[in-house]
Amino acid sequence: MTRPVAHPRAGTPALDARLTVSRGAFTLDVPLAAEPGEVLALLGPNGAGKSTALRALAGLLPLTDGHLRLDGAPLDSPADGLFRPAEQRPIGVVFQDYLLFPHLSALDNVAFGLRARGLRRAAARAGALPWLERMGLAEHAGHRPAKLSGGQAQRVALARALAVRPRLLLLDEPLAALDARTRLDVRAELRRHLAEFEAVAVLVTHDPLDAMVLADRLVVIEGGRVVQSGRPAEVARHPRTDYIARLVGLNLYQGTADGRRVTLPEGQALATDEELTGPAFVAFPPDAVTLHRHRPETSARNLFPCTVAGLDLHGDRFRVDLTGPLPMAADLTPTAAAELDLSPGTRVWAAVKATQTHAYPA
Amino acid sequence: MTPEAPRTTTAPHPRGRRRPRGAGRAPAALLLPALLGLAFLVLPLLGLLVRAPWSALPGLLTGPEVWQALKLSLLSATLATGVALVLGVPLAWLLARTDFPGRRLVRALVTLPLVLPPVVGGVALLLVLGRNGILGRWLDAWTGVTLPFTTTGVVVAEAFVAMPFLVISVEGALRAADPRYEEAAATLGASRLTAFRRVTLPLVAPGIGAGAVLAWARALGEFGATITFAGNFPGRTQTMPLAVYLAMESDPEAAIALSLVLLAVSVAVLAGLRDRWMSTP
Repeated sequence: MTRPVAHPRAGTPALDARLTVSRGAFTLDVPLAAEPGEVLALLGPNGAGKSTALRALAGLLPLTDGHLRLDGAPLDSPADGLFRPAEQRPIGVVFQDYLLFPHLSALDNVAFGLRARGLRRAAARAGALPWLERMGLAEHAGHRPAKLSGGQAQRVALARALAVRPRLLLLDEPLAALDARTRLDVRAELRRHLAEFEAVAVLVTHDPLDAMVLADRLVVIEGGRVVQSGRPAEVARHPRTDYIARLVGLNLYQGTADGRRVTLPEGQALATDEELTGPAFVAFPPDAVTLHRHRPETSARNLFPCTVAGLDLHGDRFRVDLTGPLPMAADLTPTAAAELDLSPGTRVWAAVKATQTHAYPA
Repeated sequence: MTPEAPRTTTAPHPRGRRRPRGAGRAPAALLLPALLGLAFLVLPLLGLLVRAPWSALPGLLTGPEVWQALKLSLLSATLATGVALVLGVPLAWLLARTDFPGRRLVRALVTLPLVLPPVVGGVALLLVLGRNGILGRWLDAWTGVTLPFTTTGVVVAEAFVAMPFLVISVEGALRAADPRYEEAAATLGASRLTAFRRVTLPLVAPGIGAGAVLAWARALGEFGATITFAGNFPGRTQTMPLAVYLAMESDPEAAIALSLVLLAVSVAVLAGLRDRWMSTP
């Protein structure tokens, strides 16, 4: 989706930032770069610093160090004592709970940014209406936010942010406030609007699915640092932290590779299909694991004794949490689970075929 | 509606649901003083109604002195409320939305007139704004304006006493309003002033309205500061409360009539605010 765009300063990305914010014991230090048309997702657990990063981008929070440039123009540069507050930045923000002004109609909410830029009421409304039409909400133009459904309010919030034609669109957990069914529709629609958006969009979310569907590139933040970034498919295939591995549903181990063997710090060894040397990750999905009550005669080269710690129904699958020398999650069909007669404390053998593991350099 | 569970301590009552829970169980040690307190508050007002010269009332109220005092009271209380709004809303915003050293002290100073005896306020106003006062001297020398013993002085005295009510009410409303709406306005390009005007003010409008009514009622009843700072000149500074006080000596029936008017106004204010102040959860 990244398009080459004529740029005032060749070689510098449209969004060029190193967001450093120190707050007591917590320090956020996140470099970000994006080109026009690109959708960046900041993904991370609660407290990772995503919201702080978004507030710093929006100008609601000054940086303590680092820099922030948009289209070549500095927005925040503590070293130079320069800080342009939110109202002076060419941005649009969709807040988590939308923050639609409750005393204004949907149309006047969308027109708010245009009026703040000096347009008369009639002109601002005329400029706002096409955005509501684009969102399919023209017939709700006169409604107050209290009369809108969650999905409608989300689209009004998006229209309000887009109506000022921002050069940087910021979305804070844009789907978190929606119920599961609405979410599906709104996500698909948001994806369409983001694809049409011509400038940089940064999305903050803790939902991996939102991030994967909506973003061109993921930046995973943990503890205020970037732990991984890349295209969604790449991040999903090659998780580098337990957090991402859990998000994408993979068992992940870090160790040292020597040929087709990765030795873990605890001494366990995993056989893989990839030829590697040095620090490496090994990942395999829970449904690659087969469980046996007795030591099986199997071609699987990875065989570990485990103890069942818990069972959970995941859709039409049983997710079995296993402890032991190599803790892992395994997915079983209900039939298999019933045949094995598993319950917490049951001792089993877990087998994983080398061909179903995936090793990559750490 | 689930039916009320039978209680072991009280017999099932046929209309138990309509009856306030536990009303019959209030101990006498609490009930007696409570009823005495209620009587203490209500009886004087009833007395006012009982002793009112109802037949002579129209004549008393349309007399030129009463009419003059009433007009002056309404005018000065309204102007004082206007002054309180213009100065008090920004002050409330400052207290609620900004952080500056000594903010707590400023807040305490703002609320001081609430507890200060109004007469003391009047004396203080005289010392500062009187013809020989700290500021009044310069005001007189430069503009020829003197405040004490003028209708403007009445407005100043009333605003001094009434503004804290407005500030406290509006500050409370501002604190209850989500400041993130102002952030949302900022991200849409609104300056802080625009955000205040187009977002914050409409959001806290009910609080401002309640504060204004409260301040207006307080200004209407103001006595001590007014008589000290503005004196008691019929037609110029003699407001209703002052007229009531004076009439008690010469013409008690007129005093009662005037008091009835003030009582009616108070009841009207209470009725107007009942949704905000009278409805306890």
